[in-house]
Formats: sequence, C-alpha cells, structure tokens
Amino acid sequence: MSGSTEVWVVIVALGLGSFGLRFVFLGLVGDRAMPDWFLRHLRYTAVAVLPALVAPLVVWPNATDGDPDPARLAAAIATVSVGYLTKNVIAGMGVGAAILIGLTALL
Amino acid sequence: MSSYWRGLRDGAPFLLVIIPFSMLFGVLANEAGLPLHETLGFSVVVIAGAAQFTALQLLNENAPTLVVIASALAVNLRMAMYSASITPHLGRLPLWKRGIVAYFLVDQTYAQAVLDYEKTPNQTTIEKFAYFMGVMSPICPPWYVFTVVGALVGETIPENLGLDFALPIAFLAMVGPMMRTPAHRIAALVAVILALAFAWLPFNTGLLVAGLGGMIAGAQAEIRLGSAS
Repeated sequence: MSGSTEVWVVIVALGLGSFGLRFVFLGLVGDRAMPDWFLRHLRYTAVAVLPALVAPLVVWPNATDGDPDPARLAAAIATVSVGYLTKNVIAGMGVGAAILIGLTALL
Repeated sequence: MSSYWRGLRDGAPFLLVIIPFSMLFGVLANEAGLPLHETLGFSVVVIAGAAQFTALQLLNENAPTLVVIASALAVNLRMAMYSASITPHLGRLPLWKRGIVAYFLVDQTYAQAVLDYEKTPNQTTIEKFAYFMGVMSPICPPWYVFTVVGALVGETIPENLGLDFALPIAFLAMVGPMMRTPAHRIAALVAVILALAFAWLPFNTGLLVAGLGGMIAGAQAEIRLGSAS
C-alpha cells in the first residue's frame, strides 16, 4: 500500500472530480433552457443507465463468481415484471427478494 | 405527508443495499492498511461506491497515482449523465442548493428522485428539493457510518444471505415503473443488450456505451412512435 500523502491526494482529487461530474450540468446550466434534442435524450437517462448497471450483475453474479444462477435470474425477471405491472417499487422489491430467498433455499 | 418524509420513506429500503456495501468498503480498506480517517475520508469526500472500490483496489496494486484517479473517475462518468438528467427538475434552485444536490447525487438518490418526479410531475421545485433531501437521508449518512463500522468490526455481513443481490433488485424494481412508453421500453432493452455485449470494456466504460446507446434508442423511438404510452 502506498504512503498516506498519496492516499489523500487520491481522495481529494477523486472528491473534486466526482463533484465536478455531478455539478457540471446542475451548476453550470441551471435554469437555462436546454435544446429539445438534448432533453429528449435526457428523458431516457434513468431507464437506460439503471438496467445497464445491473444487467451484468444479474447475468454474471459476483456471489457465484460469474456463473449464471437460476435463482438470481428468476428473482430479477420477477422484480422487473412486478414493478412494471403494478408500478409499485416496494411490491417489486418484496416479490424479488422472496423469490431469491425461496429459490436459494430450495435449489 | 410532507415531501421530505415521503422521500425518507421511499429511500429507506435502500438501507438494505447501503449497509452491506459500505461495511464491505470499510473491511477492505482496513485490510489494505488504510487508517480509519482515510477510510472515512473516501466515503465522505468521494461518496461513490464503485469508484471507491476501484481506487482502493488500484492503490493496493501500487498503480501510479494518476492511473488510480483517472480509472476511478472513469467509473464515475455516469454521474455527469445524472446531473444533466436531473437539471430540468432542480436547475431553478439557488446555486448553493444545487451544490448540495450535486454532492449527494449517487445512483440511488438519482434513481429514486427521477422516478418520483416523473410519476408526480406537478411538484414545485421546493417540493422536489425536499423530496431529494428525504431520499438522501437514509442513504448518504448511513454510507459514512457503516463504512466506519466495517473498518472497526473488520468483518462484513455474511454473503450467503443473498444481500449481494439487494442492489440489482432495488434498481430493477424501480426500472419497472419507469418503462411507461414503448420508447422507454426500447431504451431499456437496447441498454441491457449493449451492457452485456460491452461488459468486457475496462473501468465500467461499457456502462457508458450502453447508457448512451439506450438514450439514443429511446430518443429515436420517441421521434418515430411518439411519446404516448
């Protein structure tokens, strides 16, 4: 492990850099109007980035060292389906968790 | 119910994600030989799970300082997309409040806030800010606290509880209600396919390809199919 000064250099640089990334539009654009084509893309940020974030974790879970796991796949599909059909986030989480725990115990 | 309390209630389930993740960071940082103030420094100053884990691993491998910083920032590039996406909702706040939102803008706070703003579009900017602060409360302060707990206790919550999968389940449950129109569903589908196809790219950059690809697909679908559900 590197020295203490280097660790703090990393912490401060990462802190400033991460804040910069989070602030760049919120701070610099603020309430100025953004072009329509840009807003049109932004409407799909959450619904694109979040599934992309979890898809590899679902198909190649860390807990099984990357081997596809039927219990986790089934839980993931059930969670999205319940969330989609009921529009209820807590219901989706509950059903997904129940299926994961149930199938892990059975399989 | 006030917007703050509504946000707090909606953010509370994320404790199941935050506690094991932050404890794991504390444990690994402790094992890597970081003193407590540096471990806590990471969680308070950087406040970004995946970037913290990346930086810790590279520090442990004695990678050059610039490589550590650049790699961890690459993992965090999606935050700029979150910043752009939330600006139409919160851009009217005074600058110092936008600074506070930016500091607390992480995957969970962003996702929950945007989901709520889309579901209840008639909120004032003040209400949206209060809701965001409510969502943040059970997510960010526990991130600091349980980093310290992990570093002090030195062991994490056992893996066989299936808590590794709490994060995917939490996000997937939120994606369901977000898929309101055909364009939203196409954006999600394209993003998933690209995320799996480009998972081999280093430092999470496959996520950027997938996110941008999904956004372009959604925007194109909206032009062709309209934005009705």
